[in-house]
Amino acid sequence: MAQKVLDGLLKHHGSAVERTGSQHGDEIAWIKRDQLLEVARWLKTDPSMLFDAPVFVTAIDWLDYRPLNRPPSEAWAEGKPRFTVCYQLRSQTHRHRIRLEIELPETDPRLPSLSSLWPAFDWQERETFDMYGIKFDAHPDLRRIYMYEEFVGYPLRKDYPKEKRQPLVRRDDLPLNPIKAPGHGDR
Amino acid sequence: MGVEITTTRIEDAAKWAKQSLVEKASNWGRKFSLFSYPFVTACCGMEFMSVAGPKYDLARFGAEFPRFSPRQSDLLMVVGTITEKQGPALKRVFDQMAEPKWVMAFGVCASTGGFYQNYSAMPGCDQVIPVDVYVPGCPPRPEQVLDAIIILMDRIQSGRGHSQLRTKREDIIAAQQAGEIVE
Ligand code: SF4
Repeated sequence: MAQKVLDGLLKHHGSAVERTGSQHGDEIAWIKRDQLLEVARWLKTDPSMLFDAPVFVTAIDWLDYRPLNRPPSEAWAEGKPRFTVCYQLRSQTHRHRIRLEIELPETDPRLPSLSSLWPAFDWQERETFDMYGIKFDAHPDLRRIYMYEEFVGYPLRKDYPKEKRQPLVRRDDLPLNPIKAPGHGDR
Repeated sequence: MGVEITTTRIEDAAKWAKQSLVEKASNWGRKFSLFSYPFVTACCGMEFMSVAGPKYDLARFGAEFPRFSPRQSDLLMVVGTITEKQGPALKRVFDQMAEPKWVMAFGVCASTGGFYQNYSAMPGCDQVIPVDVYVPGCPPRPEQVLDAIIILMDRIQSGRGHSQLRTKREDIIAAQQAGEIVE
C-alpha cells in the first residue's frame, strides 16, 4: 500500500532507516532518533510524500515482554531497547500512511519533538511524557497533561505498581499515605 | 441545660423519642425539601437524569430541584467516578455546603471505585468526604436511588446523618468543656 513511501524513504534517507516492516497493512520504518527531525520534515514537505495529517503518537514499554510462544527461560527482551515511540502519519493528498518507530534505551528516553512540524502532536507528546516519561526535546511546553504535578513516576510504565495511588487529599481520619501490603491497592 | 451522651442505636432511638418538638419538626421539613447538588462526573449521570426526569420523578420526594451551587444545596450526590486529581475539588465543594448536609454515593464508582482499581481512580468518594448512603450498581437502577432517598429521609428524621451527628458531638464537647455534662 505505502511501499512507495518506504522506497522513497530508503532512497533519500537510507542512512536514517534502521529497518522497515509491514504489519496489518501498515508500513513501518524504524528511524534513528538523531535523524528523526530531518526525516519528518522531508516527509511533510516533499511533493511525493506530503504527510499533512498527524494521526497519533504513543509509546510502548517492552519491559519483560515475551511473545506467547516462547518459554519463560528465554529472556527475549534482553538487549532490546526498552521503549518504542510510534508516530503514525497520513497524507490526505496521496492517501498513504506510514508509521515511524523510534527505539529508545531505558537510561536515556529522549527524542526530538515533532510538534513544530505538526502542532497536533503537542498534547499527544505531553500525554506520552505523562504516561511513559519520554522526554521530547524542543517541545514548547512539556508538562504533565492528565496527572497532577505532585504525581511521582509514570503510570503506564510496566514497572509502576498497578494499584499504587498517590492521593492528594484524604478525610481527616484517614492517612494520606497508607502503608500498603505489597501487591495490594491503597484501600 | 445538660447534654446526654448516647452510645448505642437503642439509646439513640430512645433519645429520638425524646427529641424536642422543634428538632422533629425541622428534621421533618429538611427531609422533604432536599436540594441536591449533582456532582456528575461519568456515565452514572445518565441514570441521574433518568431518576430526576418525569418517569421516576425525584420530585415526589421533594428532592426535585438540583441547585448547581453547593452553597444552596444540602444533598451532595456524587454521581460517577472520582479520580485522585478530583479529590481536592470534591472536598472543596463539600466544605462549601451549609450545615446540615448529606452525601449520597451514586453508583459503585462513587462508593468503592468500582472496577477502576488503578493509579488514577479514587477507591470511593468516602476517602475524602463522609458518605451517608451508598447506592450500588453500575449504574444503579432508578428504583435503587429512590430507595436510597427514602433511607436517607429516615436517617434525616432520626437525626443520624453524618453532619447532624457531628453537630451533636460538637455540642457534647462544648458541654464537657463547660462542665455541664450529664452521664
Ligand atoms: S458505576 Fe458504572 S455507570 Fe456509574 S460511573 Fe461507574 S462505571 Fe459509570
